[in-house]
Amino acid sequence: MARAVSKPRKLVFTLVAWIIGLAIFFPILWIFILSFKSEGNAIAAPFHVLTSAFTLESYHTVFERSNYLRYFMNSVILSVGSTLLGLIIAVPAAWAMAFVPGRHTKDVLLWMLSTKMLPPVGVLVPIYLIFRDMGLLDSRIGLVFVLTMINLPIIIWMLYTYFREIPGEILEAARMDGAGLKEEVLYVLTPMAIPGIASTVLLNIILAWNEAFWTLNLTAAKAAPLTQFIASYSSPEGLFYAKLSAASIMAIAPILIMGWFSQKQLVRGLTFGAVK
Amino acid sequence: MTLTIRALMGACALGALATAASAETNITVATVNNGDMVRMQSYMDDFYAQHPDIKVEWVTLEENILRQRVTQDIATNGGQFDVMTIGNYEVPIWGERDWLVPLDDLSDAYDVDDLLPAIRGALSVDGTLYAAPFYGESAMVMYRTDLAEKAGVTIPENPTWTQIKDAAAKMTDKDAGIYGICLRGKPGWGENMAFISAMANSYGARWFDMDWRPEFDTDPWKATLTDYLDLMENYGPPGASSNGFNENLSLFQQGKCGMWIDATVAASFLTDPEESQVADNVGYAVFPNKEGVDNHGNWLWSWNLAIPKSSEKQEAAKAFVEWATSKEYTMLVADKEGWRAAPPGTRQSLYDNQEYLEAAPFAQLTIDTISTATPEKPSVQDVPYVGAQFVSIPEFQGIGTAVGQVFSAALAGQMDADQALSSAQSLTEREMRKAGYEK
Amino acid sequence: MATKHSRAAARLMISPAVLLLLGWMIVPLAMTLYFSFLRYNLLMPGMEEWTGFLNYQYFLTDPAFIASLINTLLLVGGVLIITIIGGILLALLLDQPFFGQGIVRILVIAPFFVMPTVSALVWKNMFLNPVNGLFAHVAHFFGLPAYDFLAQAPLASIIGIVAWQWLPFATLILLTALQSLDQEQLEAAEMDGASPVSRFFHIMLPHLARAITVVVLIQTIFLLSIFAEILVTTNGGPGVASTNLTYLIYVQSLLQFDVGGGSAGGVVAIILANIVAIFLMRMIGKNLEA
Repeated sequence: MARAVSKPRKLVFTLVAWIIGLAIFFPILWIFILSFKSEGNAIAAPFHVLTSAFTLESYHTVFERSNYLRYFMNSVILSVGSTLLGLIIAVPAAWAMAFVPGRHTKDVLLWMLSTKMLPPVGVLVPIYLIFRDMGLLDSRIGLVFVLTMINLPIIIWMLYTYFREIPGEILEAARMDGAGLKEEVLYVLTPMAIPGIASTVLLNIILAWNEAFWTLNLTAAKAAPLTQFIASYSSPEGLFYAKLSAASIMAIAPILIMGWFSQKQLVRGLTFGAVK
Repeated sequence: MTLTIRALMGACALGALATAASAETNITVATVNNGDMVRMQSYMDDFYAQHPDIKVEWVTLEENILRQRVTQDIATNGGQFDVMTIGNYEVPIWGERDWLVPLDDLSDAYDVDDLLPAIRGALSVDGTLYAAPFYGESAMVMYRTDLAEKAGVTIPENPTWTQIKDAAAKMTDKDAGIYGICLRGKPGWGENMAFISAMANSYGARWFDMDWRPEFDTDPWKATLTDYLDLMENYGPPGASSNGFNENLSLFQQGKCGMWIDATVAASFLTDPEESQVADNVGYAVFPNKEGVDNHGNWLWSWNLAIPKSSEKQEAAKAFVEWATSKEYTMLVADKEGWRAAPPGTRQSLYDNQEYLEAAPFAQLTIDTISTATPEKPSVQDVPYVGAQFVSIPEFQGIGTAVGQVFSAALAGQMDADQALSSAQSLTEREMRKAGYEK
Repeated sequence: MATKHSRAAARLMISPAVLLLLGWMIVPLAMTLYFSFLRYNLLMPGMEEWTGFLNYQYFLTDPAFIASLINTLLLVGGVLIITIIGGILLALLLDQPFFGQGIVRILVIAPFFVMPTVSALVWKNMFLNPVNGLFAHVAHFFGLPAYDFLAQAPLASIIGIVAWQWLPFATLILLTALQSLDQEQLEAAEMDGASPVSRFFHIMLPHLARAITVVVLIQTIFLLSIFAEILVTTNGGPGVASTNLTYLIYVQSLLQFDVGGGSAGGVVAIILANIVAIFLMRMIGKNLEA
């Protein structure tokens, strides 16, 4: 930022940016407010909503009604588990593609991405039958596997693009110094790849956390994550805006907070090779 | 140091697991997020006191998702659930397929003969009960007595559709946010089609003729849909094409509806002073009929608990089902929430109870409409099927929902009644041909 | 540079990923293909029989099929246009110096973290609902009648909801790309008297081409199978006004439990998705070649 910016100009940009930022964020802010209102007040006109009393009633009801902690733990286990498993499979693959590219590397990579285009609804019944026969229905292991599979192409691609930016000369220099494959990976590549891996991990936790088709259809009680928690608050009988808001906040808050704290890391690697 | 602590913790955890495993049977209960079922979950201490060896895991889902999940599970023999909450549409079909555990050995205390004959009949196949009713309902008119008075209309006990339309016109005051009539418009076989099918019955229409040919091209259907659209366009709330039972309930509770024709079970929510702003001003009338047609819609629905054959814990499941649909459970609710909140429409004993009749002004009409519903003969014309606001064939879920989409589109103004009916006719013919009914 | 030894090692390292994905793709695909030739309704066990191409015939002649194809294209195209144009504008804005940059960036990326089901529920109930929604309240405040978004403009509403979710993603990628632009080049252009508009079209936009391609590719993959947002808000209606291909298959296979018909739909969708994929890959291949 070598350019000098005049003060009024900066003020105008500040104003515009804040207005737009708040507008985009507004829906989340609004349900945050509604979650602290009584059901009767939550459906009122906006001015009335803002001026009415705050209450923790909805959170209380939601906690009483649902075993939030279990859903939350399942969400954590599924998203972290599938991301770790994904990394274990993806890091070697992406490394190989980036540093030992063959003639078909690009095709393989694009083919991997194309597996994500299969519509899940079309293959639910086959998968359900397979899971039933393998005893994987309502199990965390089964879901970790599914989530890994759906996100694997994205993980591989992100890592691949990131690894490719690591200059090959460094590797050669290391090899000259007599480093073997193991040392090369452990001491040279890994430290350089950490930011890219971190960003990949974050993105995949987000994607796995928010996945709502497989997690809803392959679980019942034991392995059900927050997506099912939300499904029990959508369109019930009677007034429900405040309870739905509270449940929504509880479902998105963990990932939102994690995302905010790690946004620098997330953004750094989120280029998919878009920047040369 | 840390190692010992870890070892200790591990041992404790193992020990806890072991005792839990030996002492408890875990059953998974899939249920719908309706008020009565949610309430049941807060009474589980009573169940655990009687059955300390059973632990219940709840899977509470929104109706559409629940239906898809349990159907998929039972049809594939998945075994994920030990108790399923299903409607009287599913029970006979699944019972016939031998997917459900017959409930022919319920305890004497359960008093199975106390179940209302109409409900029990709807849940039985060849005399064998396949599910226990949690609550049952027919349909009726619910209206705001204060608004009716203000508008100077009286709604008779047995209104006709003309009278309903007249009352709706007079009660509507759109500037004040009051809409004369709220009806279901959200597409779905159990949503708008439940209402429209019942309305069609009261117009003398039927879904299929005796050769399974759909009848949407007949005059009674045309009259039904035309009047329905007319009522909703002129006197209904905005966004009616996405209003189902729950949305209308909430509108009525907020005082935005003059009349609402829907399930009788709604009455206990409308009169709940904590939830409803109009609790003191609700009146009731019989489901309307068209002049000259002696038929009142014949709506009959119940939410029931059934045990899939794929469950490995059928004994524990049965204990739970008995508890949840017992007389004692009704007493428990009455004790904690008052009689008004007791799950309605399943047992004669409830309607013999003077306390209940006094606390619930809608009770008499509820039992009358349930008892007079004739799902085996829903229309004045002969039909090849059973079912009042639905048709008891497996294909109906799909067909009903597709037709519901078309009618909902008509309500949203995308097409007129004639177009909707001809499109419903052709799509139903197509599906019936595909399913092999029509040759 | 690559030796024989390292090539073999590389193959070994790629193979777990390839084999797993291959299995994950082929097993269900084979079953789907098989089912698509059967008359197979989950609700009528024991009636399975070979029907040849009958399921395909029914699926392809379904009046909803063409509508769902068009809706799928509109949905993907609409969201892409909004997020890319919006993303570029937002990225340009966020690239300017102003007070509280960090906080504004946090606000802007927030929607990306929200579960699709939650965002659909919230938009449907708290905002678009014509009686209690915020927009209805605002309309009433100005004395206007409430607009029934989900009934009158269902597809546009869904495009809006989905675009809200994906705008942050596009913005982030475009912003990173923008920040990597050589400042000296821009300044040189400014010295030469190029207007801001021509600077944007001649320097920035070509520089962003790669990033835009990436956004198009990734988003298309996710947008082709949009499902939760439709299920929650409109159930594909009114009529078939917001039914996309994925939702149509859902109706077949999980609402009617017609596994045969649903599988035929699935196979059709896979074929169409692959056509789109080939097209996309061509474009990407050209743009991403280092």
